[in-house]
Amino acid sequence: MSVYPYIVAGWIMVVGFFGIARSRNLVHLILCVSVVQSATYVLLLAIGFRDHATAPIFQGVAPTARAVDPVVQSLTLTDVVVEATVVALLLALAVDAVKRFGTLDPQDLRALKG
Amino acid sequence: MTPRARQTLMLVAGAGLLAFFVWGAVGLPDFGHYRGPYGLVINHVAGSERQVTNAVASLVFDYRGYDTLGEELILFVSVVGVATLLRETRGEELPAGRDDATEVPDTSDALRVFGVVVVGVTLLIGLYIVAHGNLTPGGGFQGGVILGSAVLLVYLTGELVMVRWVEPGTLLEILHSAGAAGLVLLGLGGLIAGGAFFHNFLYTGTEGGINSGGIIELGNATVGLEVMGATILMASELLEQLLVVRRGSPA
Repeated sequence: MSVYPYIVAGWIMVVGFFGIARSRNLVHLILCVSVVQSATYVLLLAIGFRDHATAPIFQGVAPTARAVDPVVQSLTLTDVVVEATVVALLLALAVDAVKRFGTLDPQDLRALKG
Repeated sequence: MTPRARQTLMLVAGAGLLAFFVWGAVGLPDFGHYRGPYGLVINHVAGSERQVTNAVASLVFDYRGYDTLGEELILFVSVVGVATLLRETRGEELPAGRDDATEVPDTSDALRVFGVVVVGVTLLIGLYIVAHGNLTPGGGFQGGVILGSAVLLVYLTGELVMVRWVEPGTLLEILHSAGAAGLVLLGLGGLIAGGAFFHNFLYTGTEGGINSGGIIELGNATVGLEVMGATILMASELLEQLLVVRRGSPA
């Protein structure tokens, strides 16, 4: 089945969403957000793949060699960096939440705010 | 909404989303038969135009330098955000005296010896990865993280002693900002010399050489600086919170 890798990406995304929905801990929730985002890596890299192709690194390889698409790879690099920054900011917010409300459970947070 | 109801709702919604996703994925080009011409062109010209062997690096720092600039500024702003969020709360709870940060470390000798050996090797690998970003997989982002983690290894092996010289953070902030400013200046240099932002205005060297790529190599270096500063700053801000919490509750 030639679309199977794309479906893997969709599956990772949905599993991440499910984890966010049923999370009882902010740190767990933040990791689930990063799982959702990692689905985009799988999708991007799967789309750029070419059959029987090497990596787009032409060290000792002729520039005419069949290589996979480098554009999606550089997009993935951007994606990874953005994910790291998102996780760092969310973790800082989680630290803040513990200080203000004394809990990491998102459900208790809501009760305390209202 | 009860957790159980939310979970059921999420199962239904997730199944629906996945169904739509599969429907959309069926319309994509078959796996392994990507047809976009842009990447093919880059693969063919990166070697002859820029003398680099890593086509991805030529995209990141040259052909699509704009994207990287935006990405790097996201990183820059989010580190500032983390520092702002955490420093605000730290100021409220922490008295000025920081003498207790020099508590005797309770790490074992074996761990410390291991740390001393590994820190040097990690630094060397980080520098290698940054310097060869134009030729082999790697570059400023990846190498910067390795360089940052080398410094964090010092923290892990030395426990609290480390916090003392990282905590002022001025040096790190300068490093971090210099990296971000460096990439902007590289882009502006292209504007001045060649009339286009991120025009590759430097000598691109010989193909496959360590000095090849012109602004690609310099871009790797500036990004490496920034990512290293960002990694250490973020981690040390979060570690600092650990100290605040530990001090707040005598356990």
